[in-house]
Amino acid sequence: MSHDHHDHTHHTPHPYQPDIEDKPFTERMVMTQAVAELLVEKGIASADELRQQIELMDSREPALGARLVARTWLDPEYKARVLADVNAAAAEIGIDTGDIPIQAIENTDAVHNVVVCTLCSCYPRMLIGLPPDWYKSRAYRSRTVREPRRVLEEFGTKIPDSMEVRVHDSTADLRYIVLPVRPAGTDDWDEDKLASLVTRDSMIGVCPAKSPEDL
Amino acid sequence: MTLRRHHDMGGLDAGPVEAREHDYAMWEKRVDAIVKVLSTPDRKLLSTDELRRGIEELGPGVYDELNYYERWISSATNILLEKGVITVDELGAKMSEIEARWTADRAALDKDTRQ
Amino acid sequence: MSQARFNPGDAVRVRQAFPPGHVRTPYFVRGRSGQVQQHVGSFANPEELAYGRDGQPGQPLYRVSFRQTDLWQDYDGPASDTLVVDIYDHWLEPQS
Repeated sequence: MSHDHHDHTHHTPHPYQPDIEDKPFTERMVMTQAVAELLVEKGIASADELRQQIELMDSREPALGARLVARTWLDPEYKARVLADVNAAAAEIGIDTGDIPIQAIENTDAVHNVVVCTLCSCYPRMLIGLPPDWYKSRAYRSRTVREPRRVLEEFGTKIPDSMEVRVHDSTADLRYIVLPVRPAGTDDWDEDKLASLVTRDSMIGVCPAKSPEDL
Repeated sequence: MTLRRHHDMGGLDAGPVEAREHDYAMWEKRVDAIVKVLSTPDRKLLSTDELRRGIEELGPGVYDELNYYERWISSATNILLEKGVITVDELGAKMSEIEARWTADRAALDKDTRQ
Repeated sequence: MSQARFNPGDAVRVRQAFPPGHVRTPYFVRGRSGQVQQHVGSFANPEELAYGRDGQPGQPLYRVSFRQTDLWQDYDGPASDTLVVDIYDHWLEPQS
């Protein structure tokens, strides 16, 4: 298999609004603050509850999913439980993924999976945190279903024609996480070390997991 | 005759996927929190499905001009107004108050948007 | 909840309908034929939830797979590539 291991997560995140110096606030920022203050004033929500919800989402990040994936590489029975029910399997290792069902899709030597939500941007947030901008972009949402191999190449991922590329459009209640293939040369690695190879992008499916050489 | 709605974009042509990312601003996290809190079983003031439908109803121009969380807060606010959870009048007054606060006092803007 | 009309392996076709309103069946599969992979359970109907109604009875939801070469005339990849979409029971017809 010839996969280019270039990883888009290496570059530094940059601010979304480059003109923030000229325009310190926008109408929607004002609207947001107004709605929040009105809800608190009316007793519909407390400031604490809003703050706790922010902290909850802050606590969700790719490292949680990476740990789950690494454990599936080490423990075939855990992998079977993950494939049956991600939410329950995540709870086993102390990750509360809430009510929305998450399904795991396993990459194999025959099939490479990639996930998109063409209609909005559904994403397994409660396991791996908020999605990157590109996942929510017009380009990703439009093109991944129709020319997945070209999109994957833009991420430096080349899947040979002998393998199937399978795209999953998460249109309904389920969210999806890809289980990337365990990289070669990791035979005696422990869970933490294996987890360091599992990137967010590999759980979306645009890249494989990192190789030992990439670390 | 077929009708493709503006948000239903799977299969359309588009340029390269720009691998852009940004650290979420506090106001964006606040939008996310507002939506989640409004949708709790004991409140049921706004569901994910209503939010999506509201976003789809923003219309093609607005949909493309606004960014992701701007669409979220626009939709959520419209639905809260429809349901009478907040009134147009009190929203207008509150927005004016905040705009005045943030314009007059940079420290107030920083406090509200960074904490 | 509504009865599931399809089983894994069934050949199905997505209804060729284009209503306005909140629909979770993407445009690009309307009128297309695919195969049911999995029945994932019943869920409240989003088309109703979107308008503040309770979406009951729950609708069976399926994972339906399509051949990419069936979906796109100019598909640039092998015939084995597929696309899986989650589709509610009422959007599917048996493939005759």
